[in-house]
Amino acid sequence: MSAVLRRLAATMALPALLVVAWWWTSDASTNFYLPPLRQILAAFADVWIGDRFATDVLPSLARLAAGYLIAAVVAISAGVVIGQSRVVRGIAEPGLEFLRAIPPPVLIPILILFAGIGDQMKIIVIAVGAVWPILLNTVEGVRAVDQVLIDTARSYRISGLSRLRHLTLPAAGPQIFAGLRQALSIAIILMVISEMFAAREGLGFAIIQFQRTFAIPEMWSGTILLGLLGFVLATLFRMVERRVLFWYFGQRAAARDH
Amino acid sequence: MTYPAPRAVAGTRIGFPPWAQTVTGIVLVAALFEIVPQLGLVPAAYLPPLHDVVGALAEEAGRSQFWFALYETLRGWAIGLAIAAVAAIGLGVLIGTTPFLLVATRSTIEFLRPIPSVALIPLAVLLFGADLRSKLLLIVYAAFWQVLIQVLYGVQDVDPVADDTARSYRFSRRGRIRYVVWPTALPYVMTGLRLASTVALVLAVTGELVIGAPGLGQQIALAQSGAAIPTLYALVMVTGLVGILINTLARWAERRMLSWHPSMRGEAVA
Repeated sequence: MSAVLRRLAATMALPALLVVAWWWTSDASTNFYLPPLRQILAAFADVWIGDRFATDVLPSLARLAAGYLIAAVVAISAGVVIGQSRVVRGIAEPGLEFLRAIPPPVLIPILILFAGIGDQMKIIVIAVGAVWPILLNTVEGVRAVDQVLIDTARSYRISGLSRLRHLTLPAAGPQIFAGLRQALSIAIILMVISEMFAAREGLGFAIIQFQRTFAIPEMWSGTILLGLLGFVLATLFRMVERRVLFWYFGQRAAARDH
Repeated sequence: MTYPAPRAVAGTRIGFPPWAQTVTGIVLVAALFEIVPQLGLVPAAYLPPLHDVVGALAEEAGRSQFWFALYETLRGWAIGLAIAAVAAIGLGVLIGTTPFLLVATRSTIEFLRPIPSVALIPLAVLLFGADLRSKLLLIVYAAFWQVLIQVLYGVQDVDPVADDTARSYRFSRRGRIRYVVWPTALPYVMTGLRLASTVALVLAVTGELVIGAPGLGQQIALAQSGAAIPTLYALVMVTGLVGILINTLARWAERRMLSWHPSMRGEAVA
């Protein structure tokens, strides 16, 4: 019991301290850009708990989910194909390396040409940006599948879908998840940026709007909301990863305990 | 006793050597880029054929604004990366070697790390305007966590026997950091720096694009608003080339700094 309490204290102490320090030092603040935390929290409740949640936050999250899922499906399928053939990999590599090296936000002006400035453009932007880390990690993961396992599967005539299901995907799983994790943070960035460019609603749009109208506490509350969002999504991701790759984490824990 | 020479896997190495695959890949992409708009599969107004883009690129290369923008982007990248690296390595070693700090800061780091740095854009604009400092705020925030996390991993990877040995010989804290902790953590630090150098470029260009700080991103925004589509593509290509250059440089630095490390030596021998 006391061990649990001590861990809780260790987890909560510094965050609590920082919040209290922020509250105290900012409370008498007259700096226009750094309003008291009291005001920011009041603005947070006013702005985000209400209509704006449905009109700005939910559409953003829906686009994020759509873009991310498209990227994951496309990247994992293509990655499995590319990763399994040495020749395809060799031919695809220069193009992929180049496309990956382009900072994703600069694709927004180009994608606006093709897809306008609606939901479609934003979803494509998110998908195009998120696809590369997943694709390259999948290729690497599939390439590195243990040759003995591949030969064993071949001896037992395990092929096609069951080979994919029982050998390739599990073996590449940890690497694929590493790519998915990188892609998640890129997708969040692109969700925000695509809405800063051309939009009438969305989280990024709302925050920029607040900044342009000098609604400073509201702007700060938006930044805090984005932070919370990033944290919650990262936590959810870890939970999914632990569930899907339970065997992998078990194996690693066992190897450590030896 | 002699063994038969190992057969090349699936014979691909002999029939289709890697360099030929690379060349084929590049030629294929370039050809697609040229032919697709020529055939009218995609309106040439949206996707100009490659020769137009190359022409625009040549034109850009003759303008001093272009070189100034490239310089501004690289300057922001380098300064931001340097600040982030120094801060993250210093703090990382301090936190990592102090068990109390490690426990106390874990939750805070886990909370702050996933905050997307673009959330800071409005704040950066208000505080600094379309200025180098705006860009630096974004770059430093994003790159800092990449390095810090790796440093913390690396410091905790220290071999307990080596650490105890150093203690038995009464190494000072400084000595232990210099001779035990640092060599252990260095591979992690280099990985963190490599990841951070890519992220720093993304944020540098993003800052220029969205905030309007001088640099390649700003040039892209200008090309877009002027509907100079081939120039737009040419500039995007340049950012990709800069990305590849930075990645290559980071890998080279990693190999150089770690030439003594078993993971690198192993590659050379095998």
